[in-house]
Amino acid sequence: MTRPSFFKVAAIGGTAAWLAVFALLPFLLILVVSFLARDPSSFVAPSFSLEGYAGIGDGAFLRIFLDSLAWAATTAAACLLLGYPFAYGLARLRTKRKNLFLLLIIIPFWTNSLIRTYALVFILKAQGLLNTALLGLGLVDQPLEILYTDTAVLVGLIYTLLPFMILPLYSSIEKLDPRLLEAAKDLGAGRFRAFFAVSLPLTWPGILAGTMLTFLPALGMFYVADVLGGAKSLLIGNFIKNQFLTARDWPTGSGASVVLTGIMILLLLFYGGSGKGAPRKPEDIGA
Amino acid sequence: MALVYLFLYLPIVVLIVFSFNNSKYSTGWKGFSLRWYGELLSDTQLLDAALNSLTVASLSATCATILGTLAAWALHRYDFKAKKLFQTGLFIVIMSPDIVMGVSLLMLFVAVQLEPGFVTLLLAHITFSLPFVAVTVASRLAGFDKHVVEAAQDLGADEYETFRHVILPMVMPAVLAGWLLSFTLSLDDVIISFFVTGPGYEILPLRIYSMVKLGVKPVVNALCAIMVAATVVVVFASQILLKEKK
Repeated sequence: MTRPSFFKVAAIGGTAAWLAVFALLPFLLILVVSFLARDPSSFVAPSFSLEGYAGIGDGAFLRIFLDSLAWAATTAAACLLLGYPFAYGLARLRTKRKNLFLLLIIIPFWTNSLIRTYALVFILKAQGLLNTALLGLGLVDQPLEILYTDTAVLVGLIYTLLPFMILPLYSSIEKLDPRLLEAAKDLGAGRFRAFFAVSLPLTWPGILAGTMLTFLPALGMFYVADVLGGAKSLLIGNFIKNQFLTARDWPTGSGASVVLTGIMILLLLFYGGSGKGAPRKPEDIGA
Repeated sequence: MALVYLFLYLPIVVLIVFSFNNSKYSTGWKGFSLRWYGELLSDTQLLDAALNSLTVASLSATCATILGTLAAWALHRYDFKAKKLFQTGLFIVIMSPDIVMGVSLLMLFVAVQLEPGFVTLLLAHITFSLPFVAVTVASRLAGFDKHVVEAAQDLGADEYETFRHVILPMVMPAVLAGWLLSFTLSLDDVIISFFVTGPGYEILPLRIYSMVKLGVKPVVNALCAIMVAATVVVVFASQILLKEKK
């Protein structure tokens, strides 16, 4: 073997092998386990069973599952509503400070999300900043109970995931040629018409990327519900975690993981099918 | 716009301010004090966890950077049959839910009877960082003039030499940014680490997680404040690296 082809083989083979062993193989393992029977002594018994999915068809899980999807969708929608005008404003800024403002969005993006979740406790707790402010302003008579409620979990999810929405939105809005909006105005479109006919379709890849990057993690972030929430199994993530660590029911945990991956694949296919293709460049996903 | 910044930063600022609060109960301001930082220094369990975190983060970042850079170069330079599959694979690893990756790696390690701890943590962290390095370096490579490679090979460099002496120096800022990215990803990860490490090897986010669940000690605030400060430094550093030569 000559040296150039050796290097080529090493470069491609090394990384491909790594992904095969540590990404593909574990996933196949989940798939297999989800079709096995439960065995209290050694996690799984080597016999085919649909128990793993039976637990999912069960009413209690179905509720968690649908609730969880609703929570994630609400989170993504709220992030979009908050993030779009913000990203638009940021992309249209005409100042030298623009990069600094952008960097200020990136910092929370890389700050430990557990720490950021924990920081919210200071704001939301009974004697926290929010209640102190509301009491001080005379808007409420007694402290609102926000911490350890579902509202707190929702606020927590929006708070941790908002930068994941803003960054892809920003990069797609940034690419939008402002002359197209001028053209739309010249042709008689009002602001709303121009937005819905020009801006929205052209920034659609950013909207989809941001929605995926907020929706998917929102389903799995069990620690947000643990730190801020009251209910224990609010999210699919909490459910999966409990199946693996508390209930020791691997087939059901695996089944739920497979379903979650299925949702991801559906979203990716939807994204790929929406005309623009999957984001291949890091800018597309804001990385 | 200002409201969004307020929303993003207010909790962090409040947390940092309260890390200097001279009170056992973090409600109400009892004067400025560095006592929690002092107590942090004598908390060996926390310091061990911090050291473990830094060890795993720097080692996994280094491995992920080497593999990710090679992957990016392979994708840029060569045409091979499974290229599309390979690209899709990288993308799927980025997108796949953390919790699924966590439990699937847990099962893999249990299946091969690998004791959860340092090694499993390292392997997991390399895996989730690798694609991020690959896309960071790939985006830098995308703007490259292919003639540079031809010129190097006309001058007699083989594939390895071309990569080592021509390409690598040119993509170095992106490689370093990729390293810093993996380093922070590793420090920040909660979900995957939660599943792949055992009680014998505790890392900082998981230590914080259990402390937060057990009841808040102000020493956590000091620790979190330090981690936020460290992140700010790393983010600024990586941005400067990426800006260079743009």
